[in-house]
Parts: sequence; structure tokens; C-alpha cells
Amino acid sequence: MPHEQHDDDPHSLLPPDPQLQVKALETILSEKGLIERDAVDAIIDVYQNQIGPQIGAEIVARAWLEPAFKARLLEDAEAVLAEMEFAGRQGEHVVVVENTEQIHNIVVCTLCSCYPWPLLGIPPSWYKSDAYRSRAVRTPRAVLAEFGLTLPKTTNIRVWDSTAEIRYLVLPQRPGETAGLDLQALKNWVTRDSMIGTGLPQPPQKQKNAQTSLPLPGA
Amino acid sequence: MADNFADDKPLKPHDMGGQPAGPVLPDFDGEPVFKQAWHGRALALTLAAGALGKWNLDASRNARERLPAKDYQRFSYYEKWLAGLANLLVQHQLVSRDELASGRADKNSPVIEARPLPATKVVAVLKKGGPTRRPVVSSPRFSTGDRVQTRDPQNVARQPHGHTRLPHYASKKTGHILACYGAHILPDSHAHFMGEAPEYLYNVRFLARDLFADAEKPDDEICLDLFESYLEPVT
Repeated sequence: MPHEQHDDDPHSLLPPDPQLQVKALETILSEKGLIERDAVDAIIDVYQNQIGPQIGAEIVARAWLEPAFKARLLEDAEAVLAEMEFAGRQGEHVVVVENTEQIHNIVVCTLCSCYPWPLLGIPPSWYKSDAYRSRAVRTPRAVLAEFGLTLPKTTNIRVWDSTAEIRYLVLPQRPGETAGLDLQALKNWVTRDSMIGTGLPQPPQKQKNAQTSLPLPGA
Repeated sequence: MADNFADDKPLKPHDMGGQPAGPVLPDFDGEPVFKQAWHGRALALTLAAGALGKWNLDASRNARERLPAKDYQRFSYYEKWLAGLANLLVQHQLVSRDELASGRADKNSPVIEARPLPATKVVAVLKKGGPTRRPVVSSPRFSTGDRVQTRDPQNVARQPHGHTRLPHYASKKTGHILACYGAHILPDSHAHFMGEAPEYLYNVRFLARDLFADAEKPDDEICLDLFESYLEPVT
């Protein structure tokens, strides 16, 4: 059966050590003129240094400050992100979902690890883990407890399983303590996990590694 | 009381929603974007090779999920990417099995007509991405609020054990249409190079109690993005 693959899968010809697998593939592809090593370096640079949760945090903080922006974002995030030049690979079609007292949103991809790359960067290990992919849809409250988050019984959870090319960003509730803060100060409250739904916004001094306070690309 | 909660296992290991698993381990202190240098190179090689245009993102996902179950389960995330890439390169005759085994290009192999992605175009290509919405002339079959039942994933896939984005845990379950997102490329077809076959894509909301007998809170909700051919009307 051509659709089944067994022990003679081509990948099993590669060395067992993934570092050596990368080296072999890069060497072969480069020698055959199928990739340019500079392009490989440039792709790594984009995801390592240019995009990340600071972009999502900018959007959330602005939505907290500007009601008209928030309304448009919830209505048609795709258009708003295109205008802001925040669209891109794995964020072509974005929907923003808002947390309220009644609904707490959580994002998962049970079938692979789909994630809004242009807004949050490359997903963390736990998001790609079998544990999160398996359990977020069935025992979301137990999963949130592992993140130290317990929701009131009166709040319903809405889990978004990213089964197609729509990517979801959670708009967390703005904490009352942030009254009067400006855009930059608000951004520092927005954590990556609060935009996935596995956390809440936190004061900057409580975040050990505040990825959202990084400068935006080009800034 | 008979119920329709499937205790059977999904057919493929990637289809793991709702399966038992251990604790989630959050990175409270943050973690590097790429924990090992080879992680970033595995990702970048996959994207650079994908830019040759010989396959699409759905085929790339399919290559990973059709890895032998024992490999899927033991490989780390980026090991799956590397294995999927190696298989695609051979399947599309860009690289030979001998080359994979030797780790070097065969100087006598035929020249391949291909334009590698130049470094100068990387940012623009990543910004552009690959939008999947397509214009169609038909009207959507379902409207917001309609009750629908999902089909069996094995019956919606375009070939036996083929690629589909209808998860096992949501097989033959009843929910409501929350939104229609327009027509999008159908992964079930595209992954097997059978054309884009765009279909209307809906967000369908299920109550936790309708998906899982042991739901933590029965009126919690699970929303899935499902293509029109995954759904049947419920009257």
C-alpha cells in the first residue's frame, strides 16, 4: 500500500543523531543547489530575533487602550493585522477571541502544533507537547491548574482547536491595576501565555523573563 | 445507557486530542526560541526546501503524521520535521536514498531545475505566507446557529488512512455553527496533490458534555474549524 510507510522510510537512512541529520540534509541540499545557506540563516534570524510575543503584546495593549481598535480587531483581525504589517506565514487568517467574566478562551492544536507565528513567534515546548495537545480539549481546567490558574466555576472555558488555517489569539482581560498606564507600560503586562489562554496578564516585576517587553522589529 | 463516546483509539498517533497523557510542563522562566541550535536549522531547512514549491504545507503536515507510529511517538518535535523533510525530498526525487545515506550530494545525479530561495527574499516570503482562502461560486450550506453532526474522519479523508483535519475525538458529534470563515483550500485533497478543492470552512462549537462523558464542566465549550464536507445537517 503506497500510503503506508515502514522501516524502509527514507528518513531511517539518516544518522540517528538529529544534529547529524541536520548537517547531512543541509550539506546535500546546498551541494545540489536546492537551498542557499544564507537563506537558512536568514529564516532562523527572523524567528529567533525578529518575531515573538512582543508583537501580540503590542496588539493586546492597543486593544486595551483604544475601544475602536479593539472593536475592529474582534470584527476583522485579518484586515487590521494586514494594515499593521503583522500578517505572515502561519498567521494569514487570524481571529482574535476576547476573554470576559463569562468566557475564558484557550488555544490548542491537537493534530499538530498550529500557532500564530507572526504574533507570538515559534511555540514553546509545552504547546507542542503530547500532554498539552492531548489534554487541553478534555481536561482544560486540570491543564490550567498546572499553569497555576484556577477559574471561577461561573466562568466557562472555550477551547479553540486550530484544526484549519485560522490562527487564534486570545485578548486577555485588562487587569484593574493597570489603570492609567500607557501603551508601553501596558505591553509589559501582557504575557505570551495570556495570549494563548494558559495564563493571565502579570505585573512586569513578576515575570522572570518578559519576552513581551522586547522592541518590535524595526523599532 | 448506551452512549456514543468513543473509547477506541484514534488510528494515527498524531490525532491525540482527548487521549490520556501526563502533566503539562510550563516554561515559567521562559525558554530560548530554539533550545538547541539544530532546532532552528531543522525549521529553517524545512521552510527553505518547502519554498522550492514541490509540495505544499498540507503535504508537509501529512509527511510528519504518516511517519511510522513508533517514530512519531518517540521523535521530538523537530525530529519529526527532519524525518518528514527527508521523506518528502526522496518522494519528490530531489534527493536519492543513497544521498541520504551518505550525507553528500551524488556528483553524478541529474541536475534538478529548481530556484533556491535567496536570503534577500526570506523576509518577504515569510511576510506573504500562504493564504488559504479561495473564491467559490457556491453558497455555504450551513448558517450560523445551525445544528450539525460531524462525519467519521475515516470517511471524509480522500483516500484510505489519508490526511484529514477532522479529529477522532470529534467524530460523529453534534454541535452548532458559530461562524463561517469563507472557502479555504481543503487539506484532505491538497495534502495528496489532488488539487485545492476549496470548501466552506466553519467554526463549530461543541459542548464539552457532548464530546466527553467525563467533561470537567459540562457546559464548557470546544470550538473546531471544520470543512463543509466534514458536516451533516441535523434536523
